[in-house]
Amino acid sequence: MTNHWIDIKNADVILIMGSNAAENHPISFKWVTKAKENGAILINVDPRFTRTSAKADIYAPIRSGTDIAFLGGLINYIIHNEKYFKEYVVEYTNASFIVNSKFDFKDGLFAGYNPETKSYDKSYWAFELGRDGVPKRDKSLMHERCVFQLLKRHFSRYTLEKVSEVTGTPKDLLKKIYEVYASTGTKDRSGTIMYAMGWTQHTVGVQNIRAMCIVQLLLGNIGVSGGGVNALRGESNVQGSTDHCILFHIWPGYLKTPRASLKSLADYNKKFTPVCPDPLSANWWQNYPKYSVSFLKAMFGENATKENDFGYKWMPKLDDGKSYAWLVLFDEMYRGKIKGFFAWGQNPCCSGANADKNRKALAKLDWLVNVNIFDNETGSFWKGPGMDPKKIKTEVFFLPCAVSAEKEGSVTNSGRWMQWRYQAAKPLCDVMGDGEIIVKLMNKIRDLYRKEGGVFPEPILNLNWPQRYDPHQVAKLINGYFTRDVTVKGKHFKKGEQVPSFAYLTDDGSTCSANWLYCGSYTEKGNMAARRDKTQTEMQKRIGLFPNWAWCWPVNRRILYNRASVDRNGQPWNPKKAVIKWTGKGWEGDVPDGGWPPLSYGKKSRYPFIMRKWGFGQIFGPGRVDGPFPEHYEPLESPLKRNPFSSQRVNPVVKLFKTNADKYTEDGKYPIVATTFRVTEHWQTGVLTRWLPWLLEAQPQLFVEMSEELAKLKGIKNGEWVVVESARGKVTAVAIVTKRLKPFKIGGKVVHEVALPWHFGWVIPKDGGDSANLLTPSVGDPNTLIPETKAFMVNVHKL
Amino acid sequence: MELTRRDFIKLSGLAVASVALGNLGFDLKPAYAHAQTLKIRMAKETTTICPYCAVGCGIICHTDLVTGKVINTEGDPDHPINEGALCAKGASLYQLINNPNRVTKPLYRRPYSDRWEEVSWDWALGQIAKKVKETRDRYFVRFNDKGQEVNRVEAIAHIGSAALDNEECWLIQAMMRALGLVYIEHQARI
Repeated sequence: MTNHWIDIKNADVILIMGSNAAENHPISFKWVTKAKENGAILINVDPRFTRTSAKADIYAPIRSGTDIAFLGGLINYIIHNEKYFKEYVVEYTNASFIVNSKFDFKDGLFAGYNPETKSYDKSYWAFELGRDGVPKRDKSLMHERCVFQLLKRHFSRYTLEKVSEVTGTPKDLLKKIYEVYASTGTKDRSGTIMYAMGWTQHTVGVQNIRAMCIVQLLLGNIGVSGGGVNALRGESNVQGSTDHCILFHIWPGYLKTPRASLKSLADYNKKFTPVCPDPLSANWWQNYPKYSVSFLKAMFGENATKENDFGYKWMPKLDDGKSYAWLVLFDEMYRGKIKGFFAWGQNPCCSGANADKNRKALAKLDWLVNVNIFDNETGSFWKGPGMDPKKIKTEVFFLPCAVSAEKEGSVTNSGRWMQWRYQAAKPLCDVMGDGEIIVKLMNKIRDLYRKEGGVFPEPILNLNWPQRYDPHQVAKLINGYFTRDVTVKGKHFKKGEQVPSFAYLTDDGSTCSANWLYCGSYTEKGNMAARRDKTQTEMQKRIGLFPNWAWCWPVNRRILYNRASVDRNGQPWNPKKAVIKWTGKGWEGDVPDGGWPPLSYGKKSRYPFIMRKWGFGQIFGPGRVDGPFPEHYEPLESPLKRNPFSSQRVNPVVKLFKTNADKYTEDGKYPIVATTFRVTEHWQTGVLTRWLPWLLEAQPQLFVEMSEELAKLKGIKNGEWVVVESARGKVTAVAIVTKRLKPFKIGGKVVHEVALPWHFGWVIPKDGGDSANLLTPSVGDPNTLIPETKAFMVNVHKL
Repeated sequence: MELTRRDFIKLSGLAVASVALGNLGFDLKPAYAHAQTLKIRMAKETTTICPYCAVGCGIICHTDLVTGKVINTEGDPDHPINEGALCAKGASLYQLINNPNRVTKPLYRRPYSDRWEEVSWDWALGQIAKKVKETRDRYFVRFNDKGQEVNRVEAIAHIGSAALDNEECWLIQAMMRALGLVYIEHQARI
């Protein structure tokens, strides 16, 4: 989230879309309710009428996979009715930037498309630079190639008629929602978006988010209280695990994993350190080498020296242009290329799209290590439905691990709050905490390499690794400390002292920091994440900032890009909900997003979007692989043969997998749109909820929600067993026939939609149903490869 | 001494209980009050954060000082986000901790076997370490097809976990990267 949970109470309009917050983030609704008590309007857009919908002031149905059409209409409305916050748009976004003359958009394709490689040459989207090397701007927003005019032209095609035809949302509801949301374009009103996987799990997932970012930038809703782009993340520490980058393409702190062509550390740092000739742009990533070197120092300790490039060669390199993401990983495993596998606190046999491909893939491994609290469909894959153990050679090790309350350490919530938690009880019996397992296992591996030698042992033996697991020691390393006596920015620090903030990290090996973003979390003052202080100034209290409770990154800044919440003189757009305010001498309120004085101070100041090279919010986004503006494309599996917006039916950059387990349908054999969702009582694949009787009794088995109209068509009664089938597999579920789903009218024809929760699996309970992901397709967004599990095609019939 | 929300709720709970039981004709107040305090009198209190979604609700755990077992979990009224409230999952943390179906010993499945066997930690970790080294040494790639130095092993993959503590997350990515893995993924990707 750019903002945080409590801040939601400050919104004047809340849009919950691609999320069912009331049921999946129930306690967050406390703050939605507070906002409503203060007069906020809640809008909810969802294919189903959910418990969130029941609390909404305005509910609108939408066909799964058409969010860009919906949001495109909103962008069109905002521009056409001049509801945007003009000063914010001109001064803080790249709306005034002029794009080069090669840029174009025709019939669903941006300029620079190569149909053979199915990719874009992004140089066609570059800005036109002036002689000073800075993008030319037209602050009147009139130049025909300025971002604003290009945006206007692009979304002028998203008329109410077209949008309604594609989404199935009635025109009057569209207009009403657009009107209400666009009302947050004034200085004194802010609107927020609460979204989740309903937006990200699509082949246009990233562009869904981009569309909302454009809306929020147009309305001046970024950096302000009650605004922001707020992802409701799904797991207790998925934010932390993302920050610490258990992902192939990034190193802790969102540094990039190096590609094979970057031979030296210097090559690597040069490639990823943006250079910006505009002195008013903070271009914060210019500090990249300080963070990458400090990370390598944390990895290899004293063994990382300037002479050996701080151990750069010891870090594995990715091939240029290749993805090693989840869908590729399981594809390689299915092809027999992967021999050993760690499935650590995750259940891919139920959570992965096209789950049966994953299940079969595990059977090709030599060995599998499954770490979990309970037995699950992944650890026990070899005795699952359709599996013959006598034919499966995979050796499997199940390591039982501790429950959260049996460990001490920290987790980071969706609002970036890092919170320390304590050990209530020792782990049960012989069970071990994951930290203990990780440390012990790696030490055993290190011992083997020490004793026997082996292939390229350097990274393993030179690794900075503890003898036993101590969360405080690791937390201190994550913050970072000085590796020798040194003076940085005029301040003297001693060897071993904790680094107070990332402003003091260096690129010469005098600091180590396992994750620069977390620098400041465990300082000489102590464990900031463990703070339980609710002191606030009046200004902070008004917006519920709680700056002294726990710690958040970066540098305990609670609302990101807050320099955009003030005018050129540092005065809040909305004094009643001020986030920061210039006093003449300094800033008060939240930690300012850079302590420089306001823009009226000229060269001493900096533009507000400090993490972007040019310093401006990106309405035009030239970095995505599928376009600088979002465009509606149909999901890979869709009820339409033609995309009403263009000849490009599907995202033109999407690539398909090609094993015999990758089946996609286009032939109309599966005419019903399907989506997946979650319920309050279960969590993810259900490994930590299906074993709990208190929760299982409330939600005992797989069900499928369908409209009364569809049920009538199929002769299905409420409560009957039915089979839901896709090109990839089938599941048996209880039919819930409900008014809360209604057929859509899409381009004149009737389109039905059904929805299933994905919490179930064959391990427990008996006859509770299996994973809904047996139905979903192994195809993903071209930027992130997040699978399209929220819009695919099925058929339904009585059992 | 300032009254925290937690103290207030404790006191008002006792008061309400007293009133509710007052009409039975005999005085249960002392017994009830005693029972209420007994549960947590020999217990230590710790705070934790819910392991389910990412709202990050505060939970208080009471652990029996004699048995070392968690005997109660409830919402932390002092936590600014949830203010003592919990959804059904958070409210069930007790049953996640105290659950007869938890696996308590490492298990091993032999090739072609149809069952689990209990093994020791030492044996399991020793075997896994051996397998990691065998596979890594056999499939490690120093230079790719283009002759570029890559120092990686693609034959071993890792996924997980968004349920780990930050400190564990950091260690696991360090371990896997030091081993040369490039297939490193988890929940954030799906």
